[in-house]
This record gives sequence, C-alpha cells and structure tokens, in this order.
Amino acid sequence: MLQLFKFKGGVKPQTNKTQSLAEPIGVAPLPSRLFVPLHQSIGGTPRPLVEPGERVLKGQLIGAADGWISSAVHASTSGTVRAVAEHIAAHPSGLATLSVEIEPDGLDEWTERTPIDHGAMEPEKVRERLREAGVVGLGGAVFPTHGKLTASKTVPMEELVINGAECEPFITCDDLLMRERAEETIRGVGVFRDLLQPKRVLIGIEDNKPEAVAALQAAVTKLGERFEVIAVPTRYPAGGAKQLIRVLTGKEVPSTKRSTDLGVQCFNVATAYTAWRAVAHGEPVVSRIVTLTGNVERPRNWEALLGTPLSEFVALGAPKADTNGYLMGGPMMGFEMPAMDAPLVKATNCIIAGSPTLFPPKAPEMPCIRCGECAKVCPHELQPFELYWFARAHNFGKTQEYHIFDCIECGCCSFVCPSRIPLVQYFRFAKSEIWAREKEKNAADQAKARFEWKTARDEREKAEKAEKLAKAAAAQAAKKAAEAAAAAAAPAAEASASDTPAAAPAAGSPALDAEAAKKAAIAAAMERARAQREAAAPKNTEQLTPAQQREIADIDARRRIMETQTAFNAEIAETQRTQSDEK
Amino acid sequence: MITAIAIMALGAIVLGAALGYASIKFKVEGDPLVEKIEAILPQTQCGQCGYPGCRPYAEAINKGEADINLCPPGGMEGVQRLADLLGREVKPLEAEEKPKAVAFIDEQTCIGCTLCIQACPVDAIVGAAKQMHTIIPELCTGCELCVPPCPVECISMEPITENLDNWKWKYPVIEIKRAA
Repeated sequence: MLQLFKFKGGVKPQTNKTQSLAEPIGVAPLPSRLFVPLHQSIGGTPRPLVEPGERVLKGQLIGAADGWISSAVHASTSGTVRAVAEHIAAHPSGLATLSVEIEPDGLDEWTERTPIDHGAMEPEKVRERLREAGVVGLGGAVFPTHGKLTASKTVPMEELVINGAECEPFITCDDLLMRERAEETIRGVGVFRDLLQPKRVLIGIEDNKPEAVAALQAAVTKLGERFEVIAVPTRYPAGGAKQLIRVLTGKEVPSTKRSTDLGVQCFNVATAYTAWRAVAHGEPVVSRIVTLTGNVERPRNWEALLGTPLSEFVALGAPKADTNGYLMGGPMMGFEMPAMDAPLVKATNCIIAGSPTLFPPKAPEMPCIRCGECAKVCPHELQPFELYWFARAHNFGKTQEYHIFDCIECGCCSFVCPSRIPLVQYFRFAKSEIWAREKEKNAADQAKARFEWKTARDEREKAEKAEKLAKAAAAQAAKKAAEAAAAAAAPAAEASASDTPAAAPAAGSPALDAEAAKKAAIAAAMERARAQREAAAPKNTEQLTPAQQREIADIDARRRIMETQTAFNAEIAETQRTQSDEK
Repeated sequence: MITAIAIMALGAIVLGAALGYASIKFKVEGDPLVEKIEAILPQTQCGQCGYPGCRPYAEAINKGEADINLCPPGGMEGVQRLADLLGREVKPLEAEEKPKAVAFIDEQTCIGCTLCIQACPVDAIVGAAKQMHTIIPELCTGCELCVPPCPVECISMEPITENLDNWKWKYPVIEIKRAA
C-alpha cells in the first residue's frame, strides 16, 4: 500500500452527499430555450460563428477558440439560433455576457462526429482536437485542458494525479460519473498518460466513496492499465489540487511555482471522461453531469445540456415551497445564482436549492478576537486573521506580504470563525482590488512609454524639418550665387546673340516669312525674358554695372505688371467661383 | 595636546575623504522623488493640471510650485497617496472627479482630418488623411485632448461600464437591521 501524506488544516463539514446518490444519473429533457455563453473557460473569449436564424446541429461549433489558452464552444442541441446577444451569466456579479440563444427543434440531431486514433497521431494534433472539442477542467476552475497537456521540457514528468476526491459537501456528480462511466474515465486518463508520459498515474478518491473506488479499480484491471486507485482520507479540502498532490505524492508545491515544476500534473475525473468522448467519439463538450440537491423533493444527478436555464433545470427536482435561492457549486465555495434564467455552464457541477432551514441566515459579524482558529484550519498555512485585518484596512501591500494570492478561497476559515466573519469575502475583495490596480499600473506604464515615444518622435520630426529647411536655404543661396555670376558674364554675349534669330528671317523678306519671323521673335523674346528673370534673382547686385542695374529694374517692372495681372485674373476666377457656389 | 589635535585633524581628513569619495561614487542622477511622484500620477498626459504632461507636473510638485490636488484622473485616492508620500495635507480635488471614460469616434461623421491623431498624446488613434479614424480603446487614457480639435464634433467620451472583465468583488457590507 502506498504511503499517504497529510496536508495541514482542513475541516470536516457534514457531507450531505447521500441525498443525491439514491438514483442513477438521469438525462435531463430538452429545455425550451438554451443560452450558451461564449466565454465559459479561462482565457480568450471565443468569437461567435453563427447568426440569428441559422440552423445549428448538436455539437456544431458556434464559438471559435481565440488564442491558444481558450476553448471552443458548441451548440448543445440541434435547433435554430434566435439571437447572439448579451445574456445574464452564471457569475456572482449578475452581469451579462455574449451568449448564443438556441431554440431546440426537439430532434437532438448530431453534427458529423469524427473519432480519432490518438495513439497514431502527433501529440500536437491531439491537443488541438481537445481544444476544438471545448475540453476544459470540469472540477470548477475551467482551465483549458490542452494547455496543461504539454510536458515541461526541463522537468521530467513524475506523477499524473487524477482528482476524484470531490470534497465539497452536497456534490456527487464525480462520484456517480466514476461509478457509472468508470471505463471511459479510465480510457480518458489513458489519453492524458499518453500525452504526458508520466512515470506513475495516481487516482485519488475520498474514502467516503467506496463504490467509486471499486468501480475505477475494476475498470483499471479490466483495461490492463497500471494506474493506482487510492482512497484518501475524507477531509475538506482534500480535492484542492495542491492538497491532493501533497496527500498522494508528499510534494508540496511552493507558492511561486506550479505543480509542473515539480513534475506533477493534475486533472479532474470528469475532464478525463470528456477528453475520451472527444477523442474516441468525436463528441465536443455539450453537456455535463450536474448535481441537483438541497431543498428539493427529488435530489438527483442529471446529465444537463450546457446553456439550460436554471429555472427549467431546478424544475426537474421539484424545489420545495420555502426555497429562497440557488447556489452554484458547493456550500463552501459556491455562489448564489444571480437570476433564474442564468444558464448552466461548464463550471456548474452542482446546484443547491437553499432554504432558511438548510442555510440559516448568518448572525451578524462580530469583532475578531484573534483566537487563531482560522490559522489552524487554513490548508495553505496562511494567517487569515492577519489577512483579514489588512484587507479590511485596504492595506493591500501588507496582504501580499502575507501571501494572499496563495489563498484558494476554500472557506475553511469562514467556516470555523466563532465571530462569523466572512473572511473569504474580504480576501476576494482584496485580491480583485490588487488585480485591478496591477492592471491600471500596467496601463499607466504603457501610456507613459507611448507618450515618451510620441514626444521623442515629435522632437525628431521638428529637428529633421529644421535641418531640411536650413539645407534648402543653403542650396538656394548657392544656386543664386552661381546664377548671378553667370548673369554677370552673360549680357555681352547675349546682346549679340539675341539679334541674330530676329534678323536672319527678316533678311529673307517674303511676306509669309515675316509673320513667322515675328512669332519667332516674340517666342525668342519670351524665352529670353524667362531666362533673364530666372537669372536676375536680385542678390549680389552690388558689383553690377549701371547698365545691368537698369536692365534688372526694367525686368522687375515688367514682372510686377505681370504679377498684378495674374493676381487680377485669379481674383476674377475667385469671384466667379464663389458666385457659382452661391448659386 | 598636539597629539590630540593631530588625531582630530587626521580623523577629519580621513572622514572628509571618505565622504567626498562617496558623494562622487554614489551620486544620484536626477531627483528620485520626482520618479516616485510620477509613479503615483495616472499617466493620462491630459494636461488638466495645467502642466504639459505628468512628468512636468511631478517636477512642479517636487519643486513646491504646484499643489497636489490638481490631477482629476488620479482622483482623491491619488491625492491621498501624494499626501502620504510628501507629508502634505490632504486637500479636496480642484475639479470634480469623473468616471473613467474612453474616447469614441462616430465613424459616420468622421471626415478624416487627422487633427485628433495629432492631439492624442499616446498614439491611441489610427487613421490617415481623408480616411476614417478610430480609437483603440485599450490604449486610450481618457484624457479628452482629442475632443476639442475635432471640427465635426464626432468624438464623444464613453464611460467605461462594468463588465465581467473589470468586475470586482465588493467590500463585504454588513446589513444593519432597522430596530423595530
């Protein structure tokens, strides 16, 4: 027998599991409407792929995974898409999230399913298949499974831990899954084993589920696998990943590291089951087993379609008259469902109908007496009373010094607190404040970097422009100097040359030629004028002869006349345009 | 007597040399306090404080030229943190505190004049001359500097609403029951 280890702390609340174990897993009937949220797992929000009015088949992709850490979403049954719109989410905030509303057609018609042979495929392709099938951690954290199936390159994979502990009171969905679908679960574990190649595979189940242990053991023997099915002592929260790893392997995962750094990876049994369905049957995750228990007439486990509205789901159990709310998850870590039309999602393992007798209203909070009970039960060996003090005072730096991010929000501290302080609520508040500040700080740093970059760019552009202008001015000056020099040398030569073109045709004398000669003379004169105008940019005019100066003055006068004329023309054109605009 | 003076003088020389060396070796470039002040400011670069950016405002605070309550985007919390850092009195904010917002361009109205692009201090607007512009909301700091230059008034400030990404757990509030 394998030696088991212990984790520190923990509590033993009443398990309340027997109520929902009497009947086998039932298949929930088709609801009248389905609201499938696109964002059901950690990571990027999938993009919607369907439009209102479109017909979808069961298992058809309706949301494509966005990025590697993200998981696809599928239609839970066949029917017509009624809307792709915001709908209330199964989330404590009661806020809305983009969801696909499907009206089932009652046929429950599957899309084409293509099983794969994972043994003959590249591991990369198998991971991709799991991503496309929407396989995520069904233990509650809903982390995309394919993201956990890449073995670390530096640390050899020692143990693969499969979590069937199911330590929270009331919840029995994993228990019944292991009893009824043991073989497929074990085959799913086999897929994980093939991808990760660990030295050992350990399946941990709390010892209050002997039937599940026996069923898995039988399946392991039948399939000829060498997995170890181990009953672990019942003690909340033995099903926490770090706690189960500690109990089974004796390895304690340090706060700054992940279990993979120690060569351990952990999956839930239901995740293994859905992985096998995705691989061997080509079925994406469109339903899950949900425990319906608490203040209902018929507590039972149901295989419910994802997106089923809460109101239609709880009707299956016939809630008693004094039911005053529904918890999603267990009584230790769960939250109150915000509305009756909030849908069941991949993270919904249990719905507990509450009543004043089942969960009596909490007596008012009393001051902390620093009894230290919370520190005794904390499975992560934190000091909740100190954390509480700092969180309450908004002293978030101190809470981080006391390792608030190691807190798994298991609720043991709140459970034992004699002053009935909602400790976990304070920790959640502090954590989300710290995250928000971190985000803000990052945004501010980014804004600062961008601002500095823009300022630097503006300055560089200004400098470049100034430099360009200076260069242009220098070039202009040099050009003018050269031209002025040329102009000074030219006049004498030009004076003799300018007469010849006009004189030559005149000597020819025929009347027809005279006309052409005149034109040529005018053209030549204009050409000359242009050349002179270009040459006569007035600079370096000091050393010119009086004759040259006179010439320049003449040209300037002519140019002025021309300029006034062009300006006049432009003015006329302008007035004409404005007139036409007014019309 | 002379020995005592010599010892004291020697001590003075040695210590003076050590201090002089340290002041050169461990010279601090710039003012570290400015960095600290700037870290508290929200980096919106909006100029609402009357200085052309967060850095100049931080420098002005450091010199004692500016008050600590001139930054509306930083809010009362920013004033509080500046007061803690500088040991000054907490003062109420000069302007009113507004909810966080990002600019939004009505793309139907935009004429593509690029004036907002030139005004944006953090390059959060994309577009080209005579092409429609748009704002990258993740990069927008909500400084409102792009609003006045727009000739067709197509830029509006949209307050950031609560969604699942920015939702926060609330501080546990104890309900006080009314005494009957």
